[in-house]
This record gives sequence, structure tokens and C-alpha cells, in this order.
Amino acid sequence: MASAVVLLAQGGQEVVEGSAAHASFDPLLPGLIVLLPLIGFLVNGALALSHAKKSADAVRVGEEYDPHTGSGGGRDLTHTLPSWIGPGVMLGAFILVLANFARMFGADLHDPVVLEYWTWMATGTLEVSVSLQLDPLSMIMMLVITGVGFLIHVFSVGYMKDDVGYPRYFAYLNLFVFFMLVLVMGANLPLLFVGWEGVGLCSYLLIGFWFGDREKSDAGKKAFIVNRIGDFGFLIAMFLLFTVFGTLDFVAINAGAEASLVYGGAMVTAITLFMLLGASGKSAQIPLYVWLPDAMAGPTPVSALIHAATMVTAGVYLVARTSVLFALSPVGSVTVAGIGAATALFAATIALVQTDIKKVLAYSTVSQLGYMFLGVGVGAYAAGVFHLMTHAFFKALLFLGSGAVIHSMHHAYHATHSHEDAQDMRNMGGLRRYMPWTALFMWIATLAIAGIWPFAGFFSKDEIIWYAGASAVGPFAPLYTVFWVVALAAAMLTAFYMTRMMVMTFHGANRTGEEERGHLHEAPLTMTVPLSILAFLSIFGGWINVPEKIRTSFLGGGGALPMSEWLHDWLDPVVHAAVVVREEALVAAGALAGQEHHYGFLEHAPVGGGELTWALISTLLAAAVVAGTFILGARWAIRPAKESAPLAGVKKLLYDKWYVDEFYDAVVVKPILGTSRFLWRWIDRGIDFVVGGVGGVTKGVGWVGSLVQTGSVNVYAFVLTAGVLVILWFTRF
Amino acid sequence: MNAVLALSAVLFAIGTLGVLVRRNAIIMFLCIELQLNAVNLALVAFSRAHGIDGQIFVFFVMTVAAAEAAVGLAIIIAIFRHYETVDVGSFNLLKW
Repeated sequence: MASAVVLLAQGGQEVVEGSAAHASFDPLLPGLIVLLPLIGFLVNGALALSHAKKSADAVRVGEEYDPHTGSGGGRDLTHTLPSWIGPGVMLGAFILVLANFARMFGADLHDPVVLEYWTWMATGTLEVSVSLQLDPLSMIMMLVITGVGFLIHVFSVGYMKDDVGYPRYFAYLNLFVFFMLVLVMGANLPLLFVGWEGVGLCSYLLIGFWFGDREKSDAGKKAFIVNRIGDFGFLIAMFLLFTVFGTLDFVAINAGAEASLVYGGAMVTAITLFMLLGASGKSAQIPLYVWLPDAMAGPTPVSALIHAATMVTAGVYLVARTSVLFALSPVGSVTVAGIGAATALFAATIALVQTDIKKVLAYSTVSQLGYMFLGVGVGAYAAGVFHLMTHAFFKALLFLGSGAVIHSMHHAYHATHSHEDAQDMRNMGGLRRYMPWTALFMWIATLAIAGIWPFAGFFSKDEIIWYAGASAVGPFAPLYTVFWVVALAAAMLTAFYMTRMMVMTFHGANRTGEEERGHLHEAPLTMTVPLSILAFLSIFGGWINVPEKIRTSFLGGGGALPMSEWLHDWLDPVVHAAVVVREEALVAAGALAGQEHHYGFLEHAPVGGGELTWALISTLLAAAVVAGTFILGARWAIRPAKESAPLAGVKKLLYDKWYVDEFYDAVVVKPILGTSRFLWRWIDRGIDFVVGGVGGVTKGVGWVGSLVQTGSVNVYAFVLTAGVLVILWFTRF
Repeated sequence: MNAVLALSAVLFAIGTLGVLVRRNAIIMFLCIELQLNAVNLALVAFSRAHGIDGQIFVFFVMTVAAAEAAVGLAIIIAIFRHYETVDVGSFNLLKW
């Protein structure tokens, strides 16, 4: 077994050695990448405080407060500065990341560059330092976070400029990016955890951004509490890792995993399962996904940045980062894949009937995150990260597009003082005539998420589905086949509900209302330009990772197109060890007896008619579903929300989200509340009674005793004398 | 000897009774002095039988009594200035 590991490892090394020169990577100002958003937060935060004081002062003296000009007329700096500082620091960080990315090319990437800044804590054998890790995986994440993040910041300038809390919004958004960068750049688990908790905090702050609304602040709390359940698992996993390795640095853990942990052992399985609990909390997987749909209470760009593109992918990142551990635990891996597949299908069924445009996208996000989990669960770590990246493009585009739609709808209803729901798709319809660009960009994203060739989602999603099928070897083979079928089914549902959303929003007759129609308008440039860039990425983003077979046969050689299996090779240094462990175990189990095997053979395992056939089948099926839905959708009789009849049967079951929230409420929340109330009423109050009683009795006795103190000298003298006499009487002999 | 001790006991009893029943602070004060002197008398009587120690004690008692007289009278004067009476029944603020 050991020799096979060496052989496989050597085979892999050669591939990389052939393609990379040997200069080591020299990072450029990596600390500044993290610091820039933090500086942005500090400046915007200071502006927000001053702004809040000004608006409060204006309200107190009974003035009308205009967020643009301030109370005194003229330009209010606390409102105009964040428009520049917020996106500005993001642009700076993105440029720095790009510069580092360029430097990484042609460098030797086998060992991650770890930059230690200072020792954070050193107690006993635990030593944790504040150090940043730069390797291909963190670089991809940094590109997504700062790149997509910058676009969303720009979009926010247009979307949020009328909000009174505008500077506060940018302060939170910058703080979020800071923590997210800490999360992906931290070189050890505790530092990752700082980022992990930090993004959770910012998520809470931004979901409850309009905290005056009880429902919205409750949604923030729900997100925070559900995440806390996952964090418990993460912490346990961290403790277990420390007992095994005596360190929490990724480099040391990944290097020592095979030596310190038994393949399939109880310890590694426990570690991975607890880690999965943490990951499923952050990444909204069954059973902890319930917070994400509610998180849509936040401003729409927040949904795009935090609840679609970056934060929710942290769980996928965590699995990819500790891929060796998951590879060492077949049970852990198959659980990850199973949860991913189940979530992908489950969330997709709920998305089928939702009427709130953001709810559809929210469940779609949960579903797509399920695909990513399926990917990293079946050992396709690179494919999981690939889908993470393309998903960041098209889902951010979808959310921002829906934001533009909501913005327009809101303006229309605002102008006519109507109280209709600006997010309800039943109130929309035919919007493509009023906002053609948004409609075009969102169609691109829809085709991408539906998995239509050659849009980005096709390559990433199909690679995951392919892997799921190809992984059906070894001990859990039947399960993987089930996952594969489930993933295919969920892909068809995705195509349906996304097309349904587009039809209801942009096509058919307009249902907004006669008066409101005139106020519908295309979004301003600050919103459409980021959309166009994301649309570009949604089309071409998938071309960085096209499997060789598809490249050569599907496109007739494909040499003319800038397509390659680039991302796969790029991430290889990070996931190499995990892939080796996994394939090595399959070989040892005799699952591939008689077949030739070399590094990465799973990708090319023969399933059915081969990659090309399945790619064709899935894209044609998806295209058929999209086309079918679009044609049938033209005949749907959709009524505005206030005229709609309530749903019944299966539709109601799906619309009410399988009653999972109610189930959790009955099984978890109510019992906890009941127990708490019981403990409070009987146990806590009982203890209070005893403790309070002791105090009361003492006080009473003291009061009785104090009656003796008459203040009369005669009495004192009498008692004294009497006492002396009594003592004399008893001691007379 | 017994007669002296009996006189001392009678004097002490008178003093004690005086402290207990009289309300005038000055009378009470004088009664305390009477008790002290009754003790002094007993000590002197004992010193006849047991050596010089008793008489030395008497000097101590007289010293303390002098100090006590100084402080006690000062307090009584201060109280009188404030309340314009020396009836101890009137000063009962020092309770609870």
C-alpha cells in the first residue's frame, strides 16, 4: 500500500513538474488585502456613527431628514463618502489579489506559502499564530470574494443610496469581506474560525439590517442561532484534531494525516462528521438549511454577496481545505455526498412553487450548495470548488438582477403609495419590456444555472454529476448511483423552476397595475454594469475547466477556443493527497480489479456511454425542460398576489416548505422553550426561593435581635448586671 | 476582716442598685464611683491577708477611675449642652 502511494504521488508530481517552473511564489502585500476592507469598515463605521447622530438630531428637532443632503442642505459627506470608500477598498483588494494571482503563475505551488505575523496564543502545547496561507485554493476564493464582492459593492451604491442606514450598510459589508478573507486566508483552524464567526456576525447584522421590522430581526437571530449549532460541531472537530495532531495548522494536519489517522478509523470519521455538522450549518445543508431562506430578509445585494456567492460556500471550502481527512474517512465522505444530494433535490422541490422571487433564488442556492457538497463528497474536490466559483458568478447575477427588479417594483409601488408585495412574482410579469437589459442578463444566468452548454454552470454541475456516477465503485457503490440519479433529477427541477421564475417575472402580460406600470424603469448604470460583467463571467467562466474528452470531441478539437482543464490542474497541489488516498483505498479494496489505474483514474472511469454521451444527454434534457417550461409558461393564468386563490394538495405542501420549519418548531424549539419555562418556573424559582429564604430568615432574626437594643442606658446596665449575676451563680463553686 | 468585706459588699450593692434605678446621669456616675471604691476597700482588706498586691491594684483602679471621671463628666457635660437634661431616659437614639 505504501509503495502504491509513492507511485501515485510521483505520477502526480510529474504532471505538475512538467507544467510549472520552479521559482517559489513571492506574495505581494498579502496583509494589505485583508487590511483594506478592515480600514473601509473603520472609516465607514465612523461615518455611520456620525451619520446616525445627525439623523437622530434632525428627527429630534422635528426636521425632515433627507439622506442625500443631510439636514442642513448641501452635500452630506457621511452619505457620499461611503459610496467611494466601500467599493474603493474592494477594488484595491481585488487589484492586489490579481497581482498575487499573476505572481502565482509559473511559481512552484507544491507547498503553500504561509506568512506568520505574530503569535496569537501559546498555552501549554497549543500554539496558534496569526498567519496567512496563500495557495491555489485560497487564491481562487480570494478572487471570487474580492472580484464578485467589488461588483456587488458597486451595485449596492445604486441599490441602497436612498436608505437612511447607507454608511452603516457599507461598514457591515466591508467588515464582512474582511472576515471572509480571514476565513479563506487563515493558515490554521482557529484563525479560520475567527473568520467563520465573523462572517456569521456580519450575516446576522445584515439580515437584520432593517431591524425596525420584527420579522427581519428575527430572521437574523434565526440565522445566528442555527449557525451556532453547526459551530458546536466545528469546535468539537477542532478539539479532536488537536488531540490527534497537537497542532491546528493546515499544513501540519494535511502532511501528518495519513501517518496519524487510520483509514476509515473511528477518530477520523468522528472528526469529519463533526466538521460536516459545522459545514452544513454555514453552508445551509440539511438539517441546518432553514436559516438561509429566511436570510432573504436582508437587502438583496447582501443576499447576493453573503448568502449566495461567498459566506455560504465556506463549508465547501472547509471540506476542500481538509480534503485529506475526508478522503481518509469513506463514511464521512459518503455522508457529505448524501447530504449534498438530498439537499440538492429537497430544496429544488420547494423552489418549484415559491412565489417570492428571492425565495426561489434562496432555495435554488441551497440546492446548488447541495451540488457542491455532493462534489466534494464524491472526491471531486476541484469540481466542487469549480461549481462554487461559477455559482458565485451566476447566482450573484441572479440575485442582483432580482434586486434590480425589486428596486423597480418598489419604486413603482412607492410612487403610487401601494402596499403590494414588490417581491411577489405574481405581481410582476412582462418586465422585459421595461428592463430589457436586466432580463437579458438574468436569462444568461438562468441558462447557466440550468446547465445548458456552453454556459458556466454546465461545465461545473455536469462534472459533479459525472463524478457522482463515476464514484460508484467500492464499498458504497449503490449509494453513489442513487446520488447520481438524484443529482440528475434535481438538475431537471432546477431547469424548471428557474425558467418558471423568468416566465413569471419577465414574460406574459404585466400584472403590476395600470398606474404603477408607468413608474417601472430599467436599473441605473451602477447596477447594470456589474450585472453585465457577471453575465460575461456566467457565459465564459466555465471555460477554465473543461474536461479533456469534451474539449476534444464535443468541440471538434477545441483548439481554437480558450478552454482547458486549467482549474483542475491549478487546484491539484491542494487536493492531490486526498485524491491519492481515495483512489489508493479503492485499489486496495480490489474494487477495480483488472483495470489499469493511474493518478486521477476516477475522473476517466467508464460509466455508461462515457462522458460525452452523458454531457449531451444532460444538456439536452435541461434544454428541453427550459424550452418546455417557457412554451407552456406562456399559457399559465397567473393572477396578482391579492387575487390568487390559496394553494392546495402537493403544491401547498411544497409552498409551505414541507413544513420543516413547523416540524423544527414542534420538535426542537417548543420542547426547548417548554423545558426552559419549566426550569425557570420550578427549578430556577425554587433555587431563588431557597437562597432568598436564607437571606430573609437572617434578616428576620436580625430584626428580632435589634429589638433588644432599646437605646436606654438603664436597660443595658440591668442586663449587664443580671448577666454578671447569672455567671456568678453558675461559677459559684 | 469579715466586717470590712461585709461593708465592701454592702457599698457595692448600693452602688449597683443606684446605677440600675437612678435616672440622673450624674447620680449614676457617682454610684459607679461608689462601686469602684467598694472594690478598692475589698482589695485593701485582702492585702492584709495575701500581701501587698491588693494595694497595688487599688492604685490602678484609682488611676482608671480618675480617667473615667474625666471622660465621663466631659460626656455628661456635652450631653447636657445638647439636651439640656441629664436624664438618661431621654437619650435613646442609639438603638437599631
